[in-house]
Amino acid sequence: MNANLSAGQSSTRKVKDRLFQALCIGAIIFSLGALAGLLLDVVISGLPSLSWHFFTNFASRFPEKAGIKAAIYGTLWMMSLTASFCIPIGIATAIYLEEYAGDSRLARIIKLNIANLAGVPSIVYGFLGLAIFVRMLQFDRSVLSGALTMALLVMPIVIVSAQEAIRAVPLSLREGSYALGATRWQTTRRVVLPAAVSGIATGVILALSRAIGETAPLIMIGALTFIAFVPDGPMAPFTALPIQIFNWISRPQAGFHDIAAAAVLVLLLFIFIMNAAASILRHRYDRRWQD
Amino acid sequence: MTEDSRAVEISNVANVTMHGGAHAWRRRRESVIYALLVLLSLIPILTTFGIIYVLFSQAFAFFMEVPIMEFLMGTKWSPLLIPRSFGVLPLLVGTLLVTVAGMFIAVPVGLGSAIFLSEYASPRARRWLKPLIEILAGIPTVVYGYLALLFITPIIRSIFPQANAFNALSAAIAVGIMIVPMIASLSEDALAAVPSSLREAAYALGANKYEVITKVVVPTASSGIAASFVLGISRAIGETMIVTLAAGATPNLTLNPLESIQTVTAFIVQISLGETPWGSLAYKTIFATGALLFVLTMLMNLLAVRITKSKGRF
Amino acid sequence: MTVKTKEVVQLEPLVDVSHLIEPPAIEIDSGPIKMRAEGLRVDYGKFQALKDVTVQLPEKRITAIIGPSGCGKSTFLKALNRMVELVPDTQVGGQVWIDGQPIYSDQIDLAALRMAIGYIFQRPNPFPASIYDNVAYGPRIRRRHTRAELDQIVETMLKQAALWNDVKDKLRQSAHNLSGGQQQRLCIARSLAVTPHVLLMDEPCSALDPISSQKIEDLISELKEKLTVVIVTHNMQQASRVSDYTGFFLAEHTGDPGELVEFGATSHIFTSPKDKRTEDFITGRFG
Repeated sequence: MNANLSAGQSSTRKVKDRLFQALCIGAIIFSLGALAGLLLDVVISGLPSLSWHFFTNFASRFPEKAGIKAAIYGTLWMMSLTASFCIPIGIATAIYLEEYAGDSRLARIIKLNIANLAGVPSIVYGFLGLAIFVRMLQFDRSVLSGALTMALLVMPIVIVSAQEAIRAVPLSLREGSYALGATRWQTTRRVVLPAAVSGIATGVILALSRAIGETAPLIMIGALTFIAFVPDGPMAPFTALPIQIFNWISRPQAGFHDIAAAAVLVLLLFIFIMNAAASILRHRYDRRWQD
Repeated sequence: MTEDSRAVEISNVANVTMHGGAHAWRRRRESVIYALLVLLSLIPILTTFGIIYVLFSQAFAFFMEVPIMEFLMGTKWSPLLIPRSFGVLPLLVGTLLVTVAGMFIAVPVGLGSAIFLSEYASPRARRWLKPLIEILAGIPTVVYGYLALLFITPIIRSIFPQANAFNALSAAIAVGIMIVPMIASLSEDALAAVPSSLREAAYALGANKYEVITKVVVPTASSGIAASFVLGISRAIGETMIVTLAAGATPNLTLNPLESIQTVTAFIVQISLGETPWGSLAYKTIFATGALLFVLTMLMNLLAVRITKSKGRF
Repeated sequence: MTVKTKEVVQLEPLVDVSHLIEPPAIEIDSGPIKMRAEGLRVDYGKFQALKDVTVQLPEKRITAIIGPSGCGKSTFLKALNRMVELVPDTQVGGQVWIDGQPIYSDQIDLAALRMAIGYIFQRPNPFPASIYDNVAYGPRIRRRHTRAELDQIVETMLKQAALWNDVKDKLRQSAHNLSGGQQQRLCIARSLAVTPHVLLMDEPCSALDPISSQKIEDLISELKEKLTVVIVTHNMQQASRVSDYTGFFLAEHTGDPGELVEFGATSHIFTSPKDKRTEDFITGRFG
């Protein structure tokens, strides 16, 4: 009997094959559709409210007069403080784990801790911030308390990405430095860190883009929503963009929902810019060791 | 060779000297830096201890006043209104309802997207699609809350007019969408790790794509995929802003997704927003629920690690 | 510590020795000994890589280390400036002296040791920085220098490494833009800038084309006037061309530790080796 190549698969097998492919395509279309729908809705509702006044006005009882000046300043204040805490600590930890600790017991404990912390819900950090920074250290409901809480929240992201960037630096460069009589720290500071800097920066930006949208921990430490001034220092009470958005969404009047959408647009714009910067950096850094 | 040698010529006179004062300060600096690095590296450990200490010390104070069994088994949650009642089950069931319903969306969509990206998409399409999925992952949860309350809820209420203005379903859909990118990217990693020789072997036996994927690729990647589901559940349990905005603040013991409910996290936010004085029983209540939340998510995370380590059947 | 030894050295190194009649050897004074190893042994975890090496390395001479792959020759080289300790779980036994000072000692400052004994790697490994910064790296980590001092050091060292004419107009460009051979000469300049007494070279030409290799070989011959060079090489011709002394390492079977089979003047090793195994290796019967 000859091989029959034309009959092929039974029709049910063919149908299943096609159907399954259609389902998978459907799934990805659903994901992207959700993204598109969300963006479209936010743009349609929010764009008309985006005026110059929206950026220069403080919060108000009237949606048409309300603006995000305090929220923008609060967010910028908090982000810069968060960055100044989590960058040095995160990089120091990554350096310790990758360049100094080897496979020591302490290193293993720290790594286990970081992995666990990455899975802790963000609201739980709110408890920590509330009890330690607001109450125990008496920083009160300040930008400082918010920034410290956020720094701890995004620390695992900074550490893990800095570790990866440091690990990607070829061993031969370290050997070259040691062979010239450099100490461990000199090698780390003058060879390893400069070579890893764009990878580390990518991780830091992604961490900050996570922090900028976090809401729950800020609610827990008591960031205020109705603030008619700009923070004048780390100890000032503050509000932030996501808090302001939350507040406006939870009001019943439709007018507030529209300015919430406008504020969402601003927040998303921040985040997209940061993500784009991160992916440009990552692209550069991926190519770096190829030759 | 001396430390302050000004000679730029290659030295060929003196003998080698390798100890002495010139290097002492370098060694001192090295040990200072080492100590500093160790000290800063302890911060993640301190964070964990801080979280555990804060949650459990206050939770302990709470359980001094409310028996732990009444908390875990009670079916009525009314911590602020007299007569007070501290049965956490309504909150827990609310969390469960949103999580399970959310996973009904997140699992098929996430896994389907992962399979499409890893098995069907051309490299070119993948290069475009993956960043879009990452954007979805980077959207703050308060924005998903906006989506739930102002976009999804109106649709639900046009289909089910009896649905409450705040309902579990709307929150669950948003939570599901929020988790999709996480499941998609973790599952895709697992699928991509399946050696192509296995696929080729199955094709060589005459299997079509559907059969290769469902009978070979997905089973081989099963532990990674399962771990992504568990991590998704953990995220859903801990999700706060979506449920606070869209699911309501009514601790109902119900499984009806069209009703207003309250989750563990939404309760914590409700108390935080109010003027509850520090140290009061109501305040301690949020620490008890926070401890419960922490334990639940930790269990899920440990389970995910366990599943990943089990490495599947191949 | 200077140990005078009598050695048989041939004046002109030979290119292809196997076909030549053994020339008359002249006895000359080999000069002082710069480094000395005694009972040197290296273990990587459970694997013993090097066994009981005792050898003397004459000052301002070029010593070649030859042997088949896996014979412990790179390990030996790395043990000479304690680079071997960068591999985790490494144990070193025995002792190495430089100018009579033991290097495996708590008293030793590793950084100072490695400044005294430079190391050139198989593959050129310039730092991802400018040519200038690569050469200035060593001087900068030692102490502060004025701009003028650094400029002078960089220029001198690049000249010593026969690279100055190639790069003098692009000192600020990335070292990664240089060709492989130029990169390797840059790495040599970088090492020279910390004024080492000894330069250890681990197959410095293995990643280079023949012309670049030739330039490096010429450079090595010039360096001999100022420093002691130890070069590991795969290439028999190279060993016979550039070196004054040769050590032959061998690990009898895979998994066995490498040991020093024979050491002597290059002319002797290549023309009349004492050991049968050396002869087999040199005539290409294995390896």
